[in-house]
Amino acid sequence: MSLVGAKVLRKEDPRLLTGRATFVDDVNPTSCAFAQFVVSEHAHANILAIDVSEALRMPGVLGVWTAQDLRDFPDLPGGLPDLERPPLATGRVRWAGEPLAVVVATDRYQAADAVAAVRVEYEVLRAVTSVEEALAPDAELLFPQHGSNALLTVPMLDDLDRTMDSCDQRAKLHLVNQRCAVVPIEPMSCLADWSVDGLTLWATHQAPHHLRNKLATWLNIPQTHCRVIAPSVGGGFGAKIVFAPEFFIVPLLSKWTRRPVKFVQSRTEAMLQMTHGRDQVHDIEVGFEKSGKIRALRMVVSQNIGAYGDPTGLGLPVLTTWMAAGCYKIPKVQTAFRCVATNTTPVAAYRGAGRPEATYAVERIVDLVARRTGVDPVEVRQRNFIQPNEFPYETHNEAVIYDSGNFPEALNECVRLLDYSKWRQRQAANRNDPTKPLIGIGFSTWIEIAGFGPNGSLEGFGHLASWESTQIRVHPDGSATIFIGASPHGQGTETVVSQIASDELGISFERINVVHGDTATVLQGIGTMGSRAVPMVGSATKVASQRLLVRAKKIAAHLLEAAEEDLEVANDAFSVRGTPGKKVGWSDVAFASFQPLRLPPELQAGTLEERLFHESPNFSYPSGAYGCVVEIDRNTGKTKVVQMVLVDDCGTVINPLLAEGQVHGGVAQGIAQALYEEMRYDPASGQPITSNLVDYLVPSAPDLPNYIAGRVTTLCPNNPLGAKGIGESGAIGSPPAVVNAVCDALSDFGVEHLDMPLLPEKVWRAMNPVSEGARQ
Amino acid sequence: MTRVRITVNGAQEAHDVEDRTLLVHYLRESARLTGTHVGCDTSNCGACTVLLDDSAVKSCTVLAVQADGHYVTTVEGLSGPFNGLSAVQEGFRQEHGLQCGYCTPGMLMACTALLNENANPSEHEIRHALEGNICRCTGYEMIVRSVQWAAENQEAQ
Repeated sequence: MSLVGAKVLRKEDPRLLTGRATFVDDVNPTSCAFAQFVVSEHAHANILAIDVSEALRMPGVLGVWTAQDLRDFPDLPGGLPDLERPPLATGRVRWAGEPLAVVVATDRYQAADAVAAVRVEYEVLRAVTSVEEALAPDAELLFPQHGSNALLTVPMLDDLDRTMDSCDQRAKLHLVNQRCAVVPIEPMSCLADWSVDGLTLWATHQAPHHLRNKLATWLNIPQTHCRVIAPSVGGGFGAKIVFAPEFFIVPLLSKWTRRPVKFVQSRTEAMLQMTHGRDQVHDIEVGFEKSGKIRALRMVVSQNIGAYGDPTGLGLPVLTTWMAAGCYKIPKVQTAFRCVATNTTPVAAYRGAGRPEATYAVERIVDLVARRTGVDPVEVRQRNFIQPNEFPYETHNEAVIYDSGNFPEALNECVRLLDYSKWRQRQAANRNDPTKPLIGIGFSTWIEIAGFGPNGSLEGFGHLASWESTQIRVHPDGSATIFIGASPHGQGTETVVSQIASDELGISFERINVVHGDTATVLQGIGTMGSRAVPMVGSATKVASQRLLVRAKKIAAHLLEAAEEDLEVANDAFSVRGTPGKKVGWSDVAFASFQPLRLPPELQAGTLEERLFHESPNFSYPSGAYGCVVEIDRNTGKTKVVQMVLVDDCGTVINPLLAEGQVHGGVAQGIAQALYEEMRYDPASGQPITSNLVDYLVPSAPDLPNYIAGRVTTLCPNNPLGAKGIGESGAIGSPPAVVNAVCDALSDFGVEHLDMPLLPEKVWRAMNPVSEGARQ
Repeated sequence: MTRVRITVNGAQEAHDVEDRTLLVHYLRESARLTGTHVGCDTSNCGACTVLLDDSAVKSCTVLAVQADGHYVTTVEGLSGPFNGLSAVQEGFRQEHGLQCGYCTPGMLMACTALLNENANPSEHEIRHALEGNICRCTGYEMIVRSVQWAAENQEAQ
């Protein structure tokens, strides 16, 4: 029986359910000290003086360090040349919360006490927190040497005005895709132990090898003396790909204090120091015919990158512009973008990373085309879709060639599962009954870019390469350990990799163990991000298993005195087809593989180990159709999602239970962005005003609906599994479905667009506009 | 320093603590039970939820000295007939009620307290009983299903 495609319960769960998993803060070596950072009180200021004398006299304090002590070390890796981020603020602070000094004490409470005793003298500068403020002619510059807060600009080659003018109509939107905090429930944490044998760093990270390679270079130590361990990781969602300065500084603190040093962010620190996501402003315009057929699209993206250009953050608008046209066949597409520095937390990947923003923009404007033409939003989409027979489909960007999909069928399935016509009837019935809530129906038909990626794709974000690795080792008893380069943080990769290997090798699921997240045991890896684990490390495992099995069969054939091609493998044994009872156990084959006298002459002892770095010729392109029904309370403006239909096409599904979990989690974050979450700053002072979980509204169980899942399957032709990846789909597809539904509900009020988050007050004001006369 | 005697998962231990020591830090560092996690500093996330004399409390909002003489149950103290797991733990396994697992110990304790008080909660009751526990991975529906599984199977205990 094939395990691929089966609902297999997770290997990971027992340790997590019993409190026996090891997260970074659960590692407690003897004599461990604690680091705590002093952070800037101001959004933008010159540092005039830092007085650590009182802190040094506090009980338990082992030392206090500032940028002065790090002057022999380079800036952090990545970012824009000459505008890189220093590990501690040097001379100037660029956002409220930027670390500028660090205290080490013998316990975490004493470290916190000492932080409060560090005195910093500032010369306060004017702060800019939005793209608009940052680009004002008199704006204070974050990097005066650069001459502008626009750090990177990619212009448009053709503004498409002539094509737009030749269309029946034009429509444009100015959209704010607001800044979100990532909020993995485990904040940033690390533990460094610099001993005479080298450095070991436990770090909550999505890409431990990536961190190890850069860290060793930064510290100028051999990689073999620099071990990074990502143990159980409590969620990442993109914020744990980042080279946080804590990972670079804490090892030095361990070296300097000659003891293990741990740092664990508080949530308030995490809200300010962990990279944020989104924060793009879009100006999007389309030209279209009366039929709703779109002929031209132009999109200008302004990316607020925060105080420094994170290597991933700088790539976000690239991905957004790549995916600007969504799943539509639009003859002319032009894009441009600029990355703008502001006095805010740096922005980097957050689940979807650039693609939710693209999807949101195109799906909003497609709905606007429906509104302006009077054509149903479902029909407008159907009229513009790329058709199933048009793949591979070359988009406006040469890097982006859609692999496969069936958008019309996905939308039809979504309409069916939603019972669309029933909801349209209910909507009409409620419209004129003031005792009933307003009903709105919204769709989002989306495609995203995943499975990162083909050679060259991740190198652009500073990674070593774009492959992913697997290494399968069969032990003398016929059980197997698989070392994977993509270190997971909740995805269940141990389970899906075991399913794939078990099917190929015939070794039972329970006799396969998956190891990840340790640079001392895993050869080399890239990481878990960009919905790449299944397409990349899953494919690597499938092919490596097949290659290893060829040699295992040679041994089995030798032992059985049978022909290799007559052998089949299942249930931990090799048997000869058509000869009942003639079989040899995997344990015997594996045992023999270490005994030269029992091997066929062409094989050597230890042959049952296979490693593979899987390279992909293209990205994968998950797609789908989501439908949302909302009810809006006419008295309060509160929006409730009453129906959420999710039709996904992720190609081959390895484990439907885990795939469903990925979609649910992503959709929850998407609904959260649509309705609840926004990282806000006071524009005058640049101070963050949503810097804890009281002020920043992460939804809990009563705030979110149940989901109805559907599926369309078109296989990915670019990997041996046919899998496209599913980690980010939900977060990409869902926000426009929700916003389209709310704008649909508010159409009677003449509302064409409202920016996220659609908090009750915003919706209520849209229903209750204040006339000019009344305002005065 | 103050000496506290707290019975954790059935075993009484005595430790000297600062008056300001939070119960969660006592559990993790003095009692060396690291299953209980810290996810915020404002008592919103619920990752640190434990049972204090059978009531679910957020152990980041209780001082260790306040728990002196009381009984505390943490995730390490849960057990039952499902290969050693309780119905709530097994429900989370069966219904995929966890992904990264960081919020899970707190979720399990909040769900255990809920089912102790209400053996057959409705979906509405489950969702509202868990409103003080944040999960960033699952979107909650599978957690709701996990609790329902536990409610249906807890008589096996």
